Amino acid sequence: MKRYQKYFTKKIIWFIVTLIVALILNFILPRLMPADPVAAITGKLVSGSTDATASARIYEKYQEEFGTNKPMIEQFFIYIGNLLKGDMGTSFGQYPRKVNDIVGSAIWWTIGLQLPAIIVGWLIGNVLGALAAYIRKGFDKVLMPLSLFFSSVPAFGMAVVLLVLFAVNLKIAPVSGGYGFDMIPNFSWAFVWSVITHYQLPFWSIVLISIGGQAIGMRSMSIYELNADYVKYARFLGIKDRKIVGYVFRNAMLPQVTGLALSIGTMIGGALVAEIIFSYPGLGSVMYSAITAADYPLISATTLIITIMVLIVTFVLDIIYAFIDPRVKAAQFD
Amino acid sequence: MKNTLKQVFHSGKFVAGFGILVFILLLMLIYPLFNPGNPLERIGVGTFAAPGTYVSVYDSISAEKEILRLSDADDKRLAQMMSMEDRVSMIAWFTAMDIDVTGLDMNDTDALLEMWRANYDDSARPAGMTKSKRNFYARLNNTINDASTAEALSVTEVDLATGEATDVGQIGKTDYVNINAVANVKTLPLGTDNFGRDVLKELVSACGTSLMIGVIAGIVATIIGLMLGLLAGYLGGVVDDIIMFVTNIFTVIPSFVLLILISYSLGQDQRGASTVAVVIGLTSWVWTTRSVRSQVISLRNRDHVNLSKLSGHSVMKIIMKDILPYIASYVVMAFILQVSSGILAEAQLSLLGLGPKTTEVPTLGLMMNWAMLYSAHLNGSWWAYFPVILTIALISFSLNLMNTGLDQVFNPTLRD
Repeated sequence: MKRYQKYFTKKIIWFIVTLIVALILNFILPRLMPADPVAAITGKLVSGSTDATASARIYEKYQEEFGTNKPMIEQFFIYIGNLLKGDMGTSFGQYPRKVNDIVGSAIWWTIGLQLPAIIVGWLIGNVLGALAAYIRKGFDKVLMPLSLFFSSVPAFGMAVVLLVLFAVNLKIAPVSGGYGFDMIPNFSWAFVWSVITHYQLPFWSIVLISIGGQAIGMRSMSIYELNADYVKYARFLGIKDRKIVGYVFRNAMLPQVTGLALSIGTMIGGALVAEIIFSYPGLGSVMYSAITAADYPLISATTLIITIMVLIVTFVLDIIYAFIDPRVKAAQFD
Repeated sequence: MKNTLKQVFHSGKFVAGFGILVFILLLMLIYPLFNPGNPLERIGVGTFAAPGTYVSVYDSISAEKEILRLSDADDKRLAQMMSMEDRVSMIAWFTAMDIDVTGLDMNDTDALLEMWRANYDDSARPAGMTKSKRNFYARLNNTINDASTAEALSVTEVDLATGEATDVGQIGKTDYVNINAVANVKTLPLGTDNFGRDVLKELVSACGTSLMIGVIAGIVATIIGLMLGLLAGYLGGVVDDIIMFVTNIFTVIPSFVLLILISYSLGQDQRGASTVAVVIGLTSWVWTTRSVRSQVISLRNRDHVNLSKLSGHSVMKIIMKDILPYIASYVVMAFILQVSSGILAEAQLSLLGLGPKTTEVPTLGLMMNWAMLYSAHLNGSWWAYFPVILTIALISFSLNLMNTGLDQVFNPTLRD
């Protein structure tokens, strides 16, 4: 572990710096805009009412709650202070529920859905891409355009197509939700089974989408490696093909891990929209309902949580990378 | 330049992608000539009219009639009239009467009717059948028999002022009108959407807007990315450190989240199609910056660049003459990908309800959003969402194909 200390320290500092920038952006972007968010919220709340004093009081109340009447820098510290206390405010749309509760229950659905789906998609994609690079000819000719087309279908499009095909027409999967609408979450077999059946369509729609892009990336990487000098040299030495292929794919894999780290944000973005199509009870649906209800604290909380999730995943991938790339280890001895 | 283009157009993938894109563009330019007008005009009052040709009932009554005696007309009419439930009920009657129905296909109207006419007996009393059920079968039998008897509908003109009705004519079962003789016939190849708009017309217009959004986003992102990448790569040092610090941060913070925050803060009224496009461009320059920078770093110390430096050329001139031509292919490829991801980003934003203003222009994302809001996917109105998905997929497929083609031209190792 000690050998990696320098690398890890660098990554941890980097993680913290990015987190701070993300917090600042999440705080400042909505406040930079010309429109007054509190006025907009008050406007929505009192639309239809003619009582001017009432709306003025609502405005003041929210101004107080958000602290928008204080200077920007003070607001920022209140915001950070509340976050540290683990308090993200009260939802407007689902008043008086706490934002913490809503996000807290949704986050596990999202992690449970997206993490396995992205990993499975990544694995299948890489295997297919490597095969395409190794076999070339027929397999490649069919697989490449197919992968390209699948990776061009937007995540929500794939979600809708799967939904219509399997849930509406063939009726072999439920249409929406994370579990049967007549159930209360518990640990009975019936509930777990219901969760599993509801899981299939969103899961496969995300997997199908991510396969294509990964396969294409892995294919180019593998072809590049297969033509490298060390492969030719190994062939001259008479090393078995099987062994060479092992080396090649390990080397081709490394950029793919970095690629996953860099594209995880985009993938999660697409998958969140796919969640909406299935009304899956994750962060995507929470964000959607928050946007429709102009539920400002909830939107701010979901964007922050998603950013932090992406940051953590990237950080973990960086750590994994250190163990599989010998160059990182070697760099420690400089 | 000429040779490069020649080489590019020799790549099968590039040509295929380019062909699809040109086809879409041509369709976009030509279709409005045949079907002009505002794409957001509401022509239908109901929601989701199915694709097909609509014939004005009113006009077809006054059109000149011909009498055609077609032998299968009655059966076709019956087949149209008999609902699935009627068919199921008929089978239920056969089974109640202990008649063998093996091999009978419920959807085969001829066979079903033949069996019905041969076996139905209104005096029969199947065991356990209630009187109301027997009456239902009697009515069903009447309907079936009526279809083949001579019968006419009478057309009545109602004077709206007095409420007086006068007979003006009769329509028999053998009356036909030539579709060309009917004044108002409207073909809706993709039906109408939830607002009663012509989907195809809307789609063509939306496709144009979405492409425009993609291109604007691509231009904004490419310009920012190119500038930052050139600065960071060529100048190096502190400038490089600062630019890379910012770039690395924005690589990790998902652009999707920034897009949501900015779009939400802008508010519905501020979000025109071009504003959304610029915002998308502002959040997606990171990739261009990274790749331009790494290219420039590898070019920076080449001999021809050093020679220019020694000759005392200005930085501007060196960048324009000695560096840009070498990275042009990468920039074009990055631009193509930006266009494709810009279109996708708009669609995703719109699905979240943060797309461009809804009253001005249709975009692919907004069409998708409307279709989903009105549950087109649950009520079987495939024409409202499937063409949209297909269009998005085809556009980005063509752009990706072009990109792969270019990649293979400029990276010979990837060639087949």
